[in-house]
Amino acid sequence: MQEIEAIIERYGAQRRHVISILQDIQAQFHYLPKDALMEVAARVRIPLIELYSIATFYNCFSLLPRGEHIIKVCLGTACHLKGGTRLVEALERELGVREGEMTPDGRFSFETVRCVGACALAPLVLIDERYYPKMTQRKMTQVLARLRRPRPTAEAER
Amino acid sequence: MRVRTLEQLRALEHELRATRDRKPCVRVCGGTGCRARGSEDVLGRFRAVLESEGLADAVEVKFTGCHGFCERGPLVSLAPQEVFYQGVEVDDVPAIVTQTLARGAVIERLLAQDPITGKRVRQEQEIPFYRRQQRIVLRFNGVIDPTDIREYIALGGYRALGDVLTHRTPEEVIEIIERSGLRGRGGAGFPTGKKWRLARAAPGSIKYVICNGDEGDPGAFMDRSLLEGNPHGVIEGMIIGAYAVGATRGIIYVREEYPLAVRTLQIALAQAREYGFLGEAIFDSAFSFDIEIVRGAGAFVAGEETALIAAVEGRVSEPRQRPPYPVQRGVWGHPTVINNVETWANVPIILERGPEWFARLGTATSKGTKIFSLVGKVANTGLVEIPMGMTLRELVEEIGGGALPQREIKAVQIGGPSGGCLPKALFDLPIDYESLTEAGAMMGSGGLIVMDDRTCMVDVARYFMDFLRDESCGKCLPCREGTQRMYELLTAMCEGRATDADLDLLEELAQVVKETSLCGLGQTAPNPVLTTLRYFRSEYEAHIRQKRCPAGVCKALIRYVINAERCTGCVACVQPCPQHAISGQLKQPHVIDQERCIKCGICHEVCQFGAVEIV
Repeated sequence: MQEIEAIIERYGAQRRHVISILQDIQAQFHYLPKDALMEVAARVRIPLIELYSIATFYNCFSLLPRGEHIIKVCLGTACHLKGGTRLVEALERELGVREGEMTPDGRFSFETVRCVGACALAPLVLIDERYYPKMTQRKMTQVLARLRRPRPTAEAER
Repeated sequence: MRVRTLEQLRALEHELRATRDRKPCVRVCGGTGCRARGSEDVLGRFRAVLESEGLADAVEVKFTGCHGFCERGPLVSLAPQEVFYQGVEVDDVPAIVTQTLARGAVIERLLAQDPITGKRVRQEQEIPFYRRQQRIVLRFNGVIDPTDIREYIALGGYRALGDVLTHRTPEEVIEIIERSGLRGRGGAGFPTGKKWRLARAAPGSIKYVICNGDEGDPGAFMDRSLLEGNPHGVIEGMIIGAYAVGATRGIIYVREEYPLAVRTLQIALAQAREYGFLGEAIFDSAFSFDIEIVRGAGAFVAGEETALIAAVEGRVSEPRQRPPYPVQRGVWGHPTVINNVETWANVPIILERGPEWFARLGTATSKGTKIFSLVGKVANTGLVEIPMGMTLRELVEEIGGGALPQREIKAVQIGGPSGGCLPKALFDLPIDYESLTEAGAMMGSGGLIVMDDRTCMVDVARYFMDFLRDESCGKCLPCREGTQRMYELLTAMCEGRATDADLDLLEELAQVVKETSLCGLGQTAPNPVLTTLRYFRSEYEAHIRQKRCPAGVCKALIRYVINAERCTGCVACVQPCPQHAISGQLKQPHVIDQERCIKCGICHEVCQFGAVEIV
């Protein structure tokens, strides 16, 4: 919990900073662990239920752990018109999980986002914060295959 | 270094401009679109090649903000040659250095092509996409390095602020903004000067100015591009506004989904402090002011001003009843002016060039320019700035370059989920606040999405309603329940389960939600439904009565079939089909087994002969 303490210290244990604190926790752990929420509630002195309501209200927070690779399909208007929904369906088939879930092996989390503001490149997919412009179902399959391949070890590279 | 007087600023400006003009410069677009297409690698390659050619000190290489023509990225422009290259790849870099930079020779294939004459054009202004624009607020995008305040100062940045703090009273500043006719660029178009006057008159020793950079509209990236491309323009506007209303504290509320904007702003604020434009006694006057960044955690409703205030205070972003308005009781109860990013960016320009100059741009009631993100089913997508009053046709056909190949444009959606869909028949409508509102849409913040014959208007209405029911904060019943029920009705229509009675119910419900919701989100939520009903009723009726989707979008109402005359039997579609539903002999027409087909559309996507048809 030292990390949590450091994040709270960054802003000060005041209620006005609570969203920033949660954002930084989310950035570090990729989700909001229960213990972290309890710690923040105790330190900032606000009821845990209120923190829970903030954590579930805003789109950027997750209460569930997320996978090694985070795949986000943009569903902004331009992406929707250009086939974003088809990409969502393709991913559900490929990964065998629904939107918002993580694959059982912990390799992939699959989410949708409402516009990342790169609409000229629709439909867009983000994988681990990298943008994949003008995505197709076919390209999606290829990218997934590449990510699934075990990483070459230093030995194999040689 | 700290700038204390207007004279010091002028001297600094001259000095910086002189150094700036001395060196040739390579400007690589660092907008999100170009970055996604690899402009970071292009920038890196330029540095490496210049280094190996021994030109590293002689030529400046910089990353600029979004240049706008995202469709053709990565974009590179060269000064002083004034050559504009598009679609630049890493391997093109050596040729650009050895030919254009070293010898002034232009590389034809990297130039933009005029779609009508087919002629290659050398300069940005010759490209139809740019020619009809009037880039005033975006004037520095694609020109300056947003992470270096000296670039902004060299082009006259902070001069307006220095002038205001040296020569003008706050009342004079408000009067200038009033005379310019500037109205809010975030959506509703409230007169900016009037808002400032109300805030100045409000009692209280602590006042706030806020920059609303939440940009929640899906399909819009104007604010993002401004914050990433010219952060000091926004910051200078805020400082001037703060002086005018008597605020000492400023907040920039920016979406966390825009990490680059957050980073650029942090750098810009630190530099503005270093030069003394933020902090105590700015320009040695009695005025002190500073700005902090608050990152939005993702909530469309936070674009509503009272909901934004709740978010800034660290609470769930729910709106409250107005009045009292934020100019009377805003953040922590203090009078607060909230303006959109683009509104703030207009402020220094108005003070620099004068309110009369600004008021000459645009129409009788809508002054100045407006930035749009032109996206969707249009040839040239990107970020554009046009004078108010331009028609939708000019924007879509001339700047946008019209429809995609073999398609026909039928509508634009303007104003995001709060706006509406306007049909082609209304494309001669001038883009101003009143005309758009009368037609059932609204100016909104600048999202402009083009739709063609392959766009289903019922599906579009359903899409927005899905977004809105998800983003409704749930505080008031009409919005919470109404958006959900409208979504269910629209889904039934898209799936061919709806009746004529459902259509009447949808219309009635839309009216009720519009009239009885608490805040702007709910009051405008029915707009996509009402405008599509008003202009595209026949599409609704086709879904309900004939169980048919004329645009071929709604899955439950379409089938994929192979046109035997076009199919060459190339088998490209056989392997990708997740259902193994496509069969046939090599070099013979194939067929799709409708029992197995899940209508994923991958066969349609991979077929190069247009043989997979939607019926």
